[in-house]
Amino acid sequence: MPLLEVDSLVTEFATDEGPVRAVDGVSFTVDRGETLGIVGESGCGKSVTAHSIMRLLPQPMGQITGGSIRFKDRDLVSLPLEEMQALRGNDIGMVFQEPMTALNPVHTIGKQLTEVMLLHRDISADQAIRDGVEMLARVGIPSPDVRMGEYPHQLSGGMRQRVVIAIALACQPSLLIADEPTTALDVTIQAQILELILELQKDMGMAVILITHDLGVIAETSDNVAVMYAGRLAETGTVFDVFDRPAHPYTRGLLASIPRLETEPKSRLSVIEGMVPGLVDLPTGCRFQNRCPHVRDICGQRAPGIEPVADNHFVSCVRWNEL
Amino acid sequence: MSGPLLEVRDLQMHFPVKEGILLRARQFNRAVDGVSLTIQPGETLGLVGESGCGKSTLGRCITRLYAPTSGSILFDGDDITRLRGRALLPYRQHIQMIFQDPMESLNARHTVAEILEEPFIIHRMGDKVYRAKRVRELLDIVGLPARSASRYPFEFSGGQRQRIGIARAIALNPRLIICDEPVSALDVSIQSQILNLLNDLQREFGLSYLFIAHDLAVVKHISDRVAIMYLGNITEYADSDVIYRQPLHPYTESLISAIPVPDPHQKANRQVLTGDVPSPIDPPSGCHFHPRCPKVMERCRSSSPQLVEVEKGHKSACFLSET
Repeated sequence: MPLLEVDSLVTEFATDEGPVRAVDGVSFTVDRGETLGIVGESGCGKSVTAHSIMRLLPQPMGQITGGSIRFKDRDLVSLPLEEMQALRGNDIGMVFQEPMTALNPVHTIGKQLTEVMLLHRDISADQAIRDGVEMLARVGIPSPDVRMGEYPHQLSGGMRQRVVIAIALACQPSLLIADEPTTALDVTIQAQILELILELQKDMGMAVILITHDLGVIAETSDNVAVMYAGRLAETGTVFDVFDRPAHPYTRGLLASIPRLETEPKSRLSVIEGMVPGLVDLPTGCRFQNRCPHVRDICGQRAPGIEPVADNHFVSCVRWNEL
Repeated sequence: MSGPLLEVRDLQMHFPVKEGILLRARQFNRAVDGVSLTIQPGETLGLVGESGCGKSTLGRCITRLYAPTSGSILFDGDDITRLRGRALLPYRQHIQMIFQDPMESLNARHTVAEILEEPFIIHRMGDKVYRAKRVRELLDIVGLPARSASRYPFEFSGGQRQRIGIARAIALNPRLIICDEPVSALDVSIQSQILNLLNDLQREFGLSYLFIAHDLAVVKHISDRVAIMYLGNITEYADSDVIYRQPLHPYTESLISAIPVPDPHQKANRQVLTGDVPSPIDPPSGCHFHPRCPKVMERCRSSSPQLVEVEKGHKSACFLSET
């Protein structure tokens, strides 16, 4: 049985223009110890999916209106709030994009790190401090005992993200959700943080959901990939399926449009023409149709179902077989 | 052969760090600390480095948004380093800038037509009819519909806003455009559209670019030559395909190895740099890169290597590449 099973998840936001479906029928599973990469562009619903799992949607606008999220055989959608709170930061940890906004600027690192331990574990304050120092050392922070007494602004961006990771992992969660954990960081620091997450994952045997717009990060870290577009899944599969044999025209377009180090300088990049449709005026049928080079009448008539390409490789395109 | 379009000689830009009651400058932030470079007509020079390396400051010195501390900037043979006020105006027409975040660099209360007319008004060019005609032409060149003219920046997506920023930059037929991270805030599928547009405009109008970015793959794609910057100094300088195939400086090597490759078969045997970029207020002694350098030698701690030409057109500031 998978650790996490998201089935036909629908998340809606109330807006002035009526309800908007930010996530529309998304399904995937995550096994123990494995890494799922969720990739997509701004507004595709990847972060909303993560926030739905954590039940951290902005209230009262954001609501899960369909589907289920099963984590260790409990349905998180219907879980009472207190039980959900006992789970968050304990069995499911989360790392956010911007470490400066995830940390409280007026509390010391030590206070923020021990808070989560004292909340979820039955330990003394002294023990929490000892464990906290050990956790900081584990995420690679030099002189951790000094850092415990410092404030977030005294640390660099990379160090702050290490602190956020330390807090997320303080209670040894079985699932870590990392939402663009390295997007705000420089490449050399990004490499350090990704390495750290993978190393800790190996040590602690936890599963990771890594959300990013960077296909390079996905290729280096993930076992399985879910490609999202305009609130729906375009394609899911192992990292090799998706990168070696992309079946969805969107996945192909994305892979072809990234400048790579080995491409000829100043050559023309292949592009995906046009823009993502707004969530308030989505077309009927396939949501990628206005940008798809292979569009036919049928694409505008009905929404594509999820079709199997191979074992564990699924695509949401009616024409994938002909392409 | 005529001379370079832009020549920067030993440029320094030191910002005073004011402290104490009297706000006396006790220390200086050596953001740009002795940089020399040239850009030929019709050429793109890429400038790569991590946050705080001084790349944006250098760009702003060249547009003379800052008055440099010392050194000189020659545009088409004329020294513009010390020009002020109206004397700068003719050069401002020829040196334009594209910013990272078009939402912040476009006046939210002006329509697109007003934004694009402003350069002509400032430089007292043409009448109302001429300006309206140019606005239509500019929108067409950057691929926006003519009806955009009466709209406001917030009505556009990120990629379209960047097109408006580009239209404004090319309005006065400049010869050099400083592009400061023009695609880093954009989604992957939009990024390639903008890179192609910049390449097209260069071919059509014979523009030169200084392309500033932190993403080496993007920079390598658009540039003829690339300069790598670290803590206020250029550490390596070469043709863009050479710098990737045969990097000489250890910093360039680590930058290249830190880029996540969108290919799951190439899982990293990467060289991860330890530590953060040091502060330019109190840079390390000797070679500024020595505390993070995997190949550090004794002499790197005390003396700093000069940027020397190792092969034709390929310069490196490292003792290892001198021998």
